[in-house]
Amino acid sequence: MQGLDFSIVPEYWPLIGKGLWWTVVISAASAVLSIVAGIGFALVVLYAPPVLRYPVRLFMWLFMGTPLLLQLFLIYFGLVQVGIDIPAVWSGIIGLSLHFSVYNADIFRAGIAALDGGQTEAARSLGFGAWQTRVYIVVPQALRNTVPAIGNMMIALLKESSIVSMIGIAELVHSAQLVISETYRPFEFYLTAAALYYILNLVLEAVLRGIERKVELSR
Amino acid sequence: MDIALIGRILPVFVQAAWTTVELSLLSLGLGLAVGALVAGLRLSHAAVLRFVGGAYVSVFRGTPALLQIFLIYFGGPQVGIQLEPFAAGAIALGLNIAAYMAESIRGGVLSVDRGQMEAARSLGFGEGQSMRWLVLPQAARLMIRPLGVNAVALVKGTALVATISVVELTYTAQRFIGSTYKPFEIFAVTAVLYMIMVYGLTLVIDRLDRAYAEEA
Amino acid sequence: MNDVRPMIEVRGARKFFGPLEVLKGIDFSVARGQIVAVIGPSGSGKSTLLRSINHLETLDGGEVWLDGVQVNQTLDRRAFEKHINRVRQQMGMVFQHFNLFPHLSVAENISIAPVRLKGMGRAQARALALEMLDKVGLADKIDAFPARLSGGQKQRVAIARALAMQPKVMLFDEATSALDPELVDEVNIVMKQLASEHMTMVIVTHEMRFAAEVADRVIFMADGAVVEEGRPDALFRNPAQERTRSFLRKFLNG
Repeated sequence: MQGLDFSIVPEYWPLIGKGLWWTVVISAASAVLSIVAGIGFALVVLYAPPVLRYPVRLFMWLFMGTPLLLQLFLIYFGLVQVGIDIPAVWSGIIGLSLHFSVYNADIFRAGIAALDGGQTEAARSLGFGAWQTRVYIVVPQALRNTVPAIGNMMIALLKESSIVSMIGIAELVHSAQLVISETYRPFEFYLTAAALYYILNLVLEAVLRGIERKVELSR
Repeated sequence: MDIALIGRILPVFVQAAWTTVELSLLSLGLGLAVGALVAGLRLSHAAVLRFVGGAYVSVFRGTPALLQIFLIYFGGPQVGIQLEPFAAGAIALGLNIAAYMAESIRGGVLSVDRGQMEAARSLGFGEGQSMRWLVLPQAARLMIRPLGVNAVALVKGTALVATISVVELTYTAQRFIGSTYKPFEIFAVTAVLYMIMVYGLTLVIDRLDRAYAEEA
Repeated sequence: MNDVRPMIEVRGARKFFGPLEVLKGIDFSVARGQIVAVIGPSGSGKSTLLRSINHLETLDGGEVWLDGVQVNQTLDRRAFEKHINRVRQQMGMVFQHFNLFPHLSVAENISIAPVRLKGMGRAQARALALEMLDKVGLADKIDAFPARLSGGQKQRVAIARALAMQPKVMLFDEATSALDPELVDEVNIVMKQLASEHMTMVIVTHEMRFAAEVADRVIFMADGAVVEEGRPDALFRNPAQERTRSFLRKFLNG
């Protein structure tokens, strides 16, 4: 079908809008989970005994070396065959969170390692124990230092959330596809969806810059 | 672990992995070419050209690659572009990674100390000459690692073309998960093949980076 | 034969960095074969003035002339590019931070401009490089890479690189300021030798003693203007201006 007609786009706003909402919700939930898990994995990789460290390292290695789409297929289509049936939305959130948690973990690990050894020495000589030093001195600073890098990851997460459409979650891309199946106008609606992602991206970048500024101020 | 199954399916998966490699190489080639062009635009003296380059990077980095693939493959016919899935995928991936590579290239050029350009100019080299013989060779070394990161991301990104039925590795994995009911074996084979590609490439990049860094 | 025409002439040089006026209408000229030292506190504009001679800094007002040709002419972009490249080939500049090309060997650093810009053959260029290196006392380093050289050696190679183009003038922008003290002498020796060969030189420097030894004229700048100028023995021993006096006092007490 040749020719473009963007005038029909507003009609379908309710459906697109709902998809947009789900994209935001899923991305936000996955973002939070991926950061928490990322911190956890980083701490394990740095400080835990080998029996915990090696499996986590292997897991990270696995998840950083394979595509998100493949991981989602495994979680949604694969696990059900061995009796673990996870509904689509949760598969999407878990998949996204796990995928990005390993990248976050790598960033946190590097951020902690980059901190001046002098910080630890100062804390220890004040009498802080090893774990207290980590919790009160090292980790908080590393978290602050890594905000920009983690922020970039979250921007990537927002875009990659589009991939969960492939396991049937009714987020933005999926909603666009539903509309397209009715209207046979893929260009108009995929472009609209892309534009919406672009705007979301701008909003997220503004938010992140605000966070970065606040973090800078507290130095 | 059903080893026999793995043995049976391995040839199919290796073939699919090969498609992934082909796709990656084509997209990388396109990405590097377009990326260099866009980087040139971004570094130009003319504000209009800088804007065009900036817009390209902003749009292609600011929207999901999946949508870019869909737009070209599904939306293309509406604007007169009719492409096979493989071609559509390669072009979409190439154009996408070009935006990231443009930034890596530009970053490399900007990282070269300003004094180098000044020294070249003070000897009487023109702007273009200074770039070609004195700045770019140094920038090239600095770009290797960032471009390598881009390339690795691309290899993983090829999985997205499974959604438009290109028979690459992820597509094959999904097909077999559905038909064999042995998800872990399938995942194991697929993961190993991807990791060979991804970490193999990482090693090559590392080697290259170190080889050139020593000269400095 | 034009002995009367100055080699370098700067008329009414003005420059602004944003709201800040860094050069406030400076006039200065350098005769052929003359050595001029420019001294002054940081922020006086002396580096900016030097760099505007070979147009690494663009003036907002005023003219720069090199041997009868105006350096900062108004031309369209293409024509100006051709013009400025040609003019720069007649000037040599030595930078505070050397700016050697790290990916090229010493020989290549020195010969790349003669080869690429003057069409010199490679063998001939290498011979030229050797000759220049001999002059600065580093012939044995001809195939070394800059990373392996000390600061003083790097700067001497930088001088050789500039000399290889057979410039009419040599401009030194705080050539020894980035060097460890014990490496300064080797560079000063080379500069003195150049001076004895009657190369026209403009030297921006912090080293008062060196300036006094080498220069025919010393110019003291502060806050973007020339405060005082004269022969080194006169200026250093009997400065006329209070500003000059207080500046020199800091150095003599140091």
